[in-house]
Amino acid sequence: MLENAFNVVMAHPLLLAVIKILIVFAVLSGIVAYLVYMERKVLAFMQARLGPMRVGPWGLLQPIADGLKLLLKEDIIPAGADKFVFLLAPAISVLAAFTVFAVIPFAGNFYISDINIGLLFILGVSSLGIYGIILGGWSSNSHYPLLGALRSSAQLVSYEVAAGMALVGVLLISNSLSMVEIVNRQQQMGVWNVFLQPLAFVIYVIAAVAETNRNPFDLPEAESELTAGFHTEYSGFRFALYFMAEYTNMVLVSCIAVTLFLGGWLRPFSSVHALDFLRWAPPVSLVGAAVFILWLGLQSRVPLERYFFVALALGCVAVGVIISYPLILNAVQGIFWFGVKVLAFLYAFIWYRATFPRYRYDQLMNVGWRWMIPLALANLIVTAVVRYLLSAHTPASPVAWLLR
Amino acid sequence: MAETTYLDANELVINMGPQHPATHGVLRVKLNLDGERVMGSECVIGYLHRGVEKIAENRTYAQFAPYTDRMDYVAAVTNGMGYVEAVEKLLGVEIPSRAQYTRMILAELQRIASHLLWLGTHALDLGAMTPVFYTFREREEILKILEKYCGARLTTHAFRIGGLQYDLYDGFEREVVAFCDYFMPKIDEYEQLLTTNRIWVNRTRKIGVLSGEDAIAMGVTGPVLRGSGVKWDIRKAQPYEAYDQVEFDIPIGEHGDTYDRYLVRVQEMRQAVRIIRQCVERLAPGPIFGKVGKVIKPPVGEVYHSIEAPKGELGYFVVSDGSTNPYRVRVRPPSLINLQAFDMMARGHLVADIVAIIGTLDIVLGEVDR
Repeated sequence: MLENAFNVVMAHPLLLAVIKILIVFAVLSGIVAYLVYMERKVLAFMQARLGPMRVGPWGLLQPIADGLKLLLKEDIIPAGADKFVFLLAPAISVLAAFTVFAVIPFAGNFYISDINIGLLFILGVSSLGIYGIILGGWSSNSHYPLLGALRSSAQLVSYEVAAGMALVGVLLISNSLSMVEIVNRQQQMGVWNVFLQPLAFVIYVIAAVAETNRNPFDLPEAESELTAGFHTEYSGFRFALYFMAEYTNMVLVSCIAVTLFLGGWLRPFSSVHALDFLRWAPPVSLVGAAVFILWLGLQSRVPLERYFFVALALGCVAVGVIISYPLILNAVQGIFWFGVKVLAFLYAFIWYRATFPRYRYDQLMNVGWRWMIPLALANLIVTAVVRYLLSAHTPASPVAWLLR
Repeated sequence: MAETTYLDANELVINMGPQHPATHGVLRVKLNLDGERVMGSECVIGYLHRGVEKIAENRTYAQFAPYTDRMDYVAAVTNGMGYVEAVEKLLGVEIPSRAQYTRMILAELQRIASHLLWLGTHALDLGAMTPVFYTFREREEILKILEKYCGARLTTHAFRIGGLQYDLYDGFEREVVAFCDYFMPKIDEYEQLLTTNRIWVNRTRKIGVLSGEDAIAMGVTGPVLRGSGVKWDIRKAQPYEAYDQVEFDIPIGEHGDTYDRYLVRVQEMRQAVRIIRQCVERLAPGPIFGKVGKVIKPPVGEVYHSIEAPKGELGYFVVSDGSTNPYRVRVRPPSLINLQAFDMMARGHLVADIVAIIGTLDIVLGEVDR
């Protein structure tokens, strides 16, 4: 019967796509919720404190409690607000953020779709998220949200230019806009794009931090100056939607950076066969996680917590054993390496927040327009010229194309 | 009434505080803005006025001492120290050397605690959220020492007129030296986070510049004055207790901007550790109380005594009419006088810089309003 169901799904690509979408959506929502938990924990450990500890063992149920709390809160709509737009705005933000994941290849064998203008699609749809912010700020009909929204959109628009320019450099060396093709190309070349386009990578990372409104570019939320920025008037689950959009965007820019610059689902040095033992990394890291969880659990004095941690550790070991079967081991390679790289990126995001003070608004604009965009342009021109010189002997050179 | 024409109104007045996270208490600032640029400002104070000076007239000399702790509540030790010394001067008593060195140790520890609080909150105002947790961790160690000595962490009432109420507890010297050893590398840690951080430098350099002449003209004192390059420290200029017998430097700034004031305060913490180490070495067994009667009745007269509190010159003007209550106590709080320079420093800056300027002045509203 299982085989039968499998055949039915395979015969209907639409059904397959829907299933994939559901999986991605569910997993992503979970990741976003626990990203907040991870941020609070990592920040806490960097700042000599513990972070959430009360809800569940080591505060593991905190995101669920937060979500429930926000769901149950009163949904306040200010009297002077433009009701329709006010209700619509957070949905736009969160929708734009989630939609982009349609073209992200999580592994060589797992992506929702691979369209030939993938990168353009990403740039286009993620820009729509700005509408959510500016409409939310404007429809609140209140001063601080309006100012916050203006600042946000100015910031996002300026840094989007720099980010886009940086991505064009990658495009030039990849010869394709398809995300899957860009990763495959990195495999063929045997080198990740970050080594060919280091400047573009740095510019993209900085712009990505600015685009997600994260510290040191978190001006829209500069509490000490502007209260909460564009979402001041939002409460309850509408506020949660904005919150979700922000963290989804964090995951998103990490995914884009990993795909375009860090070889996507490829394992480090994938062309060096001497390092093939690295394919055992997924089960080994799961066992490592199990040991760590066991160590945590043994420190707890609450019996229930100890059982929970032991069960969790056993679960990790069990999953580790299951994925050690060669067939499954090969299948999880891509998603594992992709996940590790994205996690590293997210960790860096949190690390910045613990380290940097905040830029002033005019300084932020200075950095964007006077440094990032010229540098990205220079990088683009140099890449293009080198690319042209390297391929000048081929008939398909740009000049020939122009003269045609 | 004149007709308002909005076309001419290029100045926008906005109100910051008294309930605002960056005004460090209940300071209210009215800002005249041209766009985001500050054209002028007015500080509205008095939200925390408790009539401390008037209370003094209805209390005996000894009874008033705990009230002084509630003025600069993050530096209670130095506040009490200024008052008891003023009354001692009025009485004309000498206090024994053990009491003097104890007072200096506790006062310098308090200076470090006050500067730590300032550093953490100032960085937090400018968006760096980590330093505040580090500085509070170290401040906690100081508060533990204070608590072990006199039972209170914040409003300590550590000293009595004529000396000390309690002698030091066993192991005090060891704990203080251990703290000094532990603390010195921590200062480097804070500096690593901030001093060469590009964003930090961008946010503080050339912000709230106060030239040396202006600083003197406005009467500012303490780190704000020294940040403007004026080498003035009451511990050197008019030594009290035994400050003339210990070695320390007065760190000064060059440009008088927020960054220089930051550097000055960080250096002052190092100098405070230096003073504490010397005092601990000279701490010898002996009496801790001078010749003061049960009832304090100073002769008719008046006295002005000032000390170098963490925030600047803290002065007490005490008038005695020969009775058991002071006739008048007037406090010269450093925070209030330093706040006078705010408008001068804020003009021409952006709204976001106002937060930095309030932070760099290191005001405590309990002391501004009294």
